[in-house]
Amino acid sequence: MAEEVNFICTACPQGCSLTVLMENGEVLGVTGNSCKKGLDYAHAETSDPRRMVATTVKIRNGFHPLLPVYTERPVPKPLIPQVLAEIRKVEVEAPVAMKSVVLENVLGTGINVLASRSMPAKG
Amino acid sequence: MQEQYDYIIIGGGVVGCMIARWLSRYEGKVLLIEKEADVGMGCSSANTAIVHAGYDPLPGSLKARMNVKGNAMWDQLAGELNFAFERRGDYVVAIGDEELPLVHKLMDQGKKNGVPGMVMISGAEMRAREKNINPETSGALWASTGGICDPFQVTVAAGENAVMNGAKVLLNTAFQDFIMEGKRIIGVRTNRGDFLGRWVINSAGIYSDDVMHKAGVRPEFFIKPRKGEYYIFDRADVSIDNVLFPVPSAKGKGILVTTTLHENTIAGPNATIIDDKEDTSTTKEGLAEVAEGALKLVPSLNLRYSIANFVGLRPMGNGPCKTPGVVYNNDYIIEIPEEVQGLVNLGGIESPGLTSAPAIAEEVVDMLRDAGEKLVVKKDWDPIRPPRPRFRNMSHKDRQLLVEMDPRFGQVICRCENITEGEIIAEIHAPIPARTYDAIKRRTWLGTGRCQGGFDMTRVVNILSRELGISPLEVTKRGTGSQYLFRETKRVEG
Amino acid sequence: MLSKQIYDVVVVGSGPGGVAAAIEAKKAGADDVLIIERDTELGGILLQCIHNGFGLELLKEDLPGPGYAEHFIKEMLSLHVEVLLNTMVMDITPQRHLFLSSKEHGYVEIEARAIVLAMGCRERTRAQIRIPGMRPNGIFTAGTAQRWVNVEGYMPGKEIVILGSGDIGMIMARRLTFEGAHVERVLEIQSYLSGLSRNLVQCLQDYNIPLQLNHTIKRIMGKNRVEAIEAVQVDEKWNFVPGTEEIIPCDTLLLSVGLIPENELSRKAGVKLDPITSGPYVDETFQTNVPGIFAAGNVVHVYDLVDWVSEAGFSAGKNAAKYAIALRNAEARYTPLVAGKNVRYVVPHKLDKSTLEKEDVRLQMRVTRPIEQPVWVEVHDGENLITRKAERYVRPGEMVTVVLKTKNYADVAKSSKLTIDINPR
Repeated sequence: MAEEVNFICTACPQGCSLTVLMENGEVLGVTGNSCKKGLDYAHAETSDPRRMVATTVKIRNGFHPLLPVYTERPVPKPLIPQVLAEIRKVEVEAPVAMKSVVLENVLGTGINVLASRSMPAKG
Repeated sequence: MQEQYDYIIIGGGVVGCMIARWLSRYEGKVLLIEKEADVGMGCSSANTAIVHAGYDPLPGSLKARMNVKGNAMWDQLAGELNFAFERRGDYVVAIGDEELPLVHKLMDQGKKNGVPGMVMISGAEMRAREKNINPETSGALWASTGGICDPFQVTVAAGENAVMNGAKVLLNTAFQDFIMEGKRIIGVRTNRGDFLGRWVINSAGIYSDDVMHKAGVRPEFFIKPRKGEYYIFDRADVSIDNVLFPVPSAKGKGILVTTTLHENTIAGPNATIIDDKEDTSTTKEGLAEVAEGALKLVPSLNLRYSIANFVGLRPMGNGPCKTPGVVYNNDYIIEIPEEVQGLVNLGGIESPGLTSAPAIAEEVVDMLRDAGEKLVVKKDWDPIRPPRPRFRNMSHKDRQLLVEMDPRFGQVICRCENITEGEIIAEIHAPIPARTYDAIKRRTWLGTGRCQGGFDMTRVVNILSRELGISPLEVTKRGTGSQYLFRETKRVEG
Repeated sequence: MLSKQIYDVVVVGSGPGGVAAAIEAKKAGADDVLIIERDTELGGILLQCIHNGFGLELLKEDLPGPGYAEHFIKEMLSLHVEVLLNTMVMDITPQRHLFLSSKEHGYVEIEARAIVLAMGCRERTRAQIRIPGMRPNGIFTAGTAQRWVNVEGYMPGKEIVILGSGDIGMIMARRLTFEGAHVERVLEIQSYLSGLSRNLVQCLQDYNIPLQLNHTIKRIMGKNRVEAIEAVQVDEKWNFVPGTEEIIPCDTLLLSVGLIPENELSRKAGVKLDPITSGPYVDETFQTNVPGIFAAGNVVHVYDLVDWVSEAGFSAGKNAAKYAIALRNAEARYTPLVAGKNVRYVVPHKLDKSTLEKEDVRLQMRVTRPIEQPVWVEVHDGENLITRKAERYVRPGEMVTVVLKTKNYADVAKSSKLTIDINPR
């Protein structure tokens, strides 16, 4: 039995409403997209939805108490709670350089968690 | 060991603080207790900030006498206590010919009350003096003794001057009951223990009925608050420089359009009689009523430029009254009742309570003297409460000098109102310390501008935390229960 | 300490617009560029926008806000732009004088040949949408909550309702969820989303946070801290629909109900504002009605993407530099004429050197005191005598004249100041 899945494309700010016709996990057709990116997005979102994750970690002796961090690539959406839990365990020491690795290969995804900014030491 | 005082004042509103200041002039120990985290958190902080001329109260009433006498005391008071006050005068404006007789009637009433400096002006003259006034104005009463002040500064300054002269102010201290010895009051019971005093002065504002009932005085008297809602406007977009009253109605002085000494136009209040003494909520209907009233006076007023709404509760007294022909909601109670000993009882001190406050304080002193109190003036009594620098009102040159003297005045914390760290710190460590965000806000006008604290809030919480030596989690907006923050971001409960 | 009294370009605000303007002003040839920031570090609001999605257009990279800011700040610092932190600009005059206030530098006045206003925008507050009810603690703009959670490290709420479907509100819904708070729902008075659809998907739908369109708040409850809000549905005219009221217990109400360009300083400088955008009227160079005062980014109108703010900043910075350079050249073309020894005043007060290239210029002056003996009226540039004229005597009552000739042009062109002295022969 084929089924219709509706969601909004986030490949660009336009935000097309996509309708994806699916059967047994296979995409039969996509409508509502206005470009090729939308087509790719529809396939990705139905097979392996991924999201960038951005949060903060504690930083000792930093100019601020928290260091913002982000995943260098989108992580599988179902893993987000676990990714956050892993990141929450991290505490770093200032100074830290922007894009330095704060957590390597989070949950074996092959994706590193990076510092969103440089953080000088206090004072 | 219970502490022994000569005079215990219940309630730190403008009246209570003014009485404390008056009593601090004399030998004897003065204690003021206030249930909130700061003085002036009730009626004294939410009103029109007007020092009324005195044409409103009924001739012959105590209210009329206190108003006119109080009004005349303000120049000296402002000079001694160094708060902002301007005798700008006020107008009662008649819109259309049918309202004109009401203005004349008010003029007559003012004359009977002994109000000096009143003049009737023509519609043309009114339009010339206030270009934004409704063009259909047919004339106005001009009362030159009307003034505007910063009511919170007045309350704090009076309280501070009392403290400087030896009075004690206890915040977060709520009256629970009187301690009696037969018919004599010998002290008060509070949430923070008992305090003994020879005299207790009830200036509990909206709760003054509850307090007097505890002493068995005037069980028939009760206060029903009259709720008033207000708009405040951005000074950059709206500038009405005059105090404009409509003609009064049965509901009171009506919805006026006025200006604050911070140059913000304000409109209000309406008058809704409510039951709940804690109900300071604005309502859609109430705000619409205020808007309608304000637009009648100033049709060009653009509500889009409103930056805040607030509510004030006026402690209107109700019930039968001793004075024949006068009901409570027209008059004040200022008395030493016969039922008990050791009580000075105030009640129903609603508008013009701010104007009357110094006269009421003097009245209380006179009553105590009549009751046999010696009242010896302290040798070192100092009537002056020194001013504190206000960066925003200074010239470039003066600002430069101030920042040179103390660099903390160079750090601007409130971007809209230009309030500096130096001013905030001074208030936190003042004789009546500002220990909450709102206490700082009312003293400095911080956070009252167009961004409504969006910029300064996190910064002020940090300054309060640092200066008071407490965690930011403990900093409050207006006292216990009004914390800003629940936990650290990275600490999860459970 | 400030290195100059007069700068070519002064940029007010170090968010993306300001930093971009400073970069491009330098690149366009302005020598002395100063950027002024009121906070403790450069970057503006981007520093608290820790989510991704910045830089896709301009850098072809998906960066978090602080990373995007840092990219351009690094470039700016490498160009030797002078930086003032913890400094508030209190006043700007139409003549481009700025009054600055800070702990470190005191209260100072500086001048700019050109100014770029880049103060960004502020959030609309409760009063502007007139939500009735009590006024307890716990009502914050989304941006204030964002600063607390992401920068200061504190949670301002546990049970949260968000009013308005602006981007910051939706982003904060996800952010607060990440940090263990419960976002009950997002209410939007309009019949459509006001932020980006990407944020609807990734911030609300992904975490099952309900969005209710055509809904608003009828009243706020709670004396000290928010205890609940009463939500209500509205019709197309935004009237409450009776019977749709719902009391939602919560401790926090976040507002994400729009942004307004921040132009209080602009007004002081005499900059005219468009009542629709609340930002200055600008021409294609981002110059306002006040010559030499430019504006860039959200201070002009509120943008969707930071990349576009940076682009506006580049343009404004470049044009500000052009203006400053032209002004500096014009200043350099003029030589002031200074009354020296025994000269009370000289007219003209300054000399356009290019005039002297084409024609003679007559200088007229009066003396301070009489000299009843032969004198020299000497025009010099501090080192070299340019011309002199003999007089038999000078008296205050009689005007003295000396003429600069076209043949003096070469000497005058090199000078930065001409002084006239009268000495006995």
